[in-house]
Amino acid sequence: MSGLAAHLPALQVVVPLFAAPLCLLAGRAGLAWLIVFVASCLATATAAGLAYQTFQHGTLSYPLGGWAAPWGIEYVVDTANAFILLLVSAISTVVLMYAPASVDREIRQGRRHLFYCMFALCLTGLLGIAITGDAFNVFVFLEISSLSSYALIALGGHRKALTASFQYLVMGTIGATFFLIGVGLLYMMTGTLNMADLQARIPAIQDSRPVLAAFAFITVGLALKAALFPLHLWLPNAYAYAPNVVSAFIAATATKVSLYVLLRFTFTIFGAKFAFLDLPLHWVLLVPAVIAMFAGSFSAIFQRDVKRMLAYSSVAQIGYIVLGIALSSAAGVAAALIHIFNHGLMKAALFCALGCIFHRIGSVRLEAMAGLGREMPWTMAALVAGGFSLLGVPLTAGFISKWYLIEAAFEAGLWWLVVLVVLSSMLAVVYVWRLLEALYFKPVPEGRAAVAEAPLSMLLPTLLLAAANIYFGLDTRLPVEMAQSAATILIREQIW
Amino acid sequence: MKHHRVLRVAAKLLIPFILLFALYVQFHGDFGPGGGFQAGVIFAAAFILYGLIFGLENARKVAPPALVTRLVALGLLLYAGVGYGGLLRGGNYLDYGVLLENSVAGQHLGILLIEFGVGTTVAATMISIFFLFAGRDT
Amino acid sequence: MLREILAHYNYWIVIVLMMTGFYIVVSRGNLVKKLVGLNIFQTSVFLLYISMGKVAGGSAPILDPDIKVYANPLPHVLILTAIVVGVATTALGLALVVRIREAYGTIEEDELDLMDDEA
Repeated sequence: MSGLAAHLPALQVVVPLFAAPLCLLAGRAGLAWLIVFVASCLATATAAGLAYQTFQHGTLSYPLGGWAAPWGIEYVVDTANAFILLLVSAISTVVLMYAPASVDREIRQGRRHLFYCMFALCLTGLLGIAITGDAFNVFVFLEISSLSSYALIALGGHRKALTASFQYLVMGTIGATFFLIGVGLLYMMTGTLNMADLQARIPAIQDSRPVLAAFAFITVGLALKAALFPLHLWLPNAYAYAPNVVSAFIAATATKVSLYVLLRFTFTIFGAKFAFLDLPLHWVLLVPAVIAMFAGSFSAIFQRDVKRMLAYSSVAQIGYIVLGIALSSAAGVAAALIHIFNHGLMKAALFCALGCIFHRIGSVRLEAMAGLGREMPWTMAALVAGGFSLLGVPLTAGFISKWYLIEAAFEAGLWWLVVLVVLSSMLAVVYVWRLLEALYFKPVPEGRAAVAEAPLSMLLPTLLLAAANIYFGLDTRLPVEMAQSAATILIREQIW
Repeated sequence: MKHHRVLRVAAKLLIPFILLFALYVQFHGDFGPGGGFQAGVIFAAAFILYGLIFGLENARKVAPPALVTRLVALGLLLYAGVGYGGLLRGGNYLDYGVLLENSVAGQHLGILLIEFGVGTTVAATMISIFFLFAGRDT
Repeated sequence: MLREILAHYNYWIVIVLMMTGFYIVVSRGNLVKKLVGLNIFQTSVFLLYISMGKVAGGSAPILDPDIKVYANPLPHVLILTAIVVGVATTALGLALVVRIREAYGTIEEDELDLMDDEA
């Protein structure tokens, strides 16, 4: 490999990073949008290129500044993080296509170029977390993405966005600091921050107390960032009051990236034997995951604000992903990765569709949305596709993830888990039904003027995401094959 | 603070030395302890001191907010730009060794520019944080 | 036994600071106090890293032919980054507090909750 192709790992992060200050200098919303959009398209192309390269050549390593690992910071790309990079950058590109109309309506003039600047930084952070092979570097990128997402959430129109953002800031900082403590303890014991080097050195000292403490701190810190029950308290308000573009982007990517880091640390760096056989991580993850599946869905049923409903449903869906991780088998991890991908697609589609509705009627409460099914048919089609995918109706992406999850649970001999997954899906039927009932079977509230279909610039990306939910339910090769190959890379020691 | 003569005279005496010390920390960072983060904060401290003593209006004349915001971006662009420079000359991203024919001289130039970028961004960020908080009416 | 406890005094300081900060974040309703607690919490981690870089008898890590043992500078550099992150978090947090105060007229958590429930 030579030329540009050899430098793709660095470009993956620094192209969006470069876009951020340019947006600040541009000063105008239109120009800033164009800069971020081009950067995001380039990032998607880069991620696709990297995914292709990992298929051809296996794991890629890129020493930044020419300083070889383990001394320098190294970017490492294998199928596992190429998969995450592809998801994050593709969602970002589609959401950005959708952004201008939505941002013009929801964010005050004069702040819009700053919005795009923050968006670029958030994208940089998320891509950086996924690509870096250095444990401390993960913290730095985690904070870049978190700080910019606090600012993005605070831009929401309602004043509750401010308190939601503050709450997220406090809990997010605690989570990131926990992670930092864990990394510090590991450095103290091993003298290295490079992930591959850590992996080689930890087994010799894995029974020492600092390593055990480090593992606990890292797991809890990441669970907080990933909003695993009961550490999800920041999530519902943050998603509900953020601008619609931000909800769509963050809901589809931010928690997923934290879950990827959790996978990387548990299975690759500490190793499954240490985490699941020496320590009871199995139960530590399984119990909250199952409670999340039920508590999240149950809370979603009682929400009248549909964005909040979807936010609680995210809590439940994160439960499914963590359930896959807790199974600790290759099939379980693959199921978790497939659901990371599919859940990103469905939540992006749903939040984008809600953004279209908000654009037209200025509210996303159930009563305000009554009878919209006939007036905004295309938006509603996207909403229905996303909703069905969320339920796991056959021929949608959601069905595929549930299928692989149930298969993994059977393989582990945990048939009661299968029952629980199916039961909690029934709860999802209830809240999605409430949404559909309001849209199609409730009369139009009196005094509401006729509502037009959403503008094309918002509708097309929404439909694209909805179509992706159907497409990946029919043609499952890309997510399933990548996830299965990623799972075998992530798990360095099989325990089952 | 028109009537606090002691404060005003002391500040006038201190500010040039604070700025000078910031520049020392910035550019001596090659050979001793120092660097852009620390220098940027010290540099900004001089402006903040000026703003506290002589009022926000005067401080805004010295450092116009529009310029300060641009400097935040320009510092970061310089940092990222040096990184791309390494790429263009055939090295890895942020590889300063390839910037000049002589690798050691290249390292010197690279770290100098990078730290200058960091210093600019940090100083400008600190000043604009001060402006934003101090400029609130409530 | 006592000597062992005293020899690790840096960890004791770290733990006390960490728990103090964490307790303030959880127990105080005033948003500014929460941020102060968060800062103390982060500072404890800074100390954990910095004290880890100390090498017994080591000098400042500036090359000199007379000196054989140096302290480890890497934790210091790492924590410089973390300090910058901490500053950014505090600035953003305070900015949010200012905006919350403008929007609600209070920065006490229980009053904020009350006003949100009414709305």
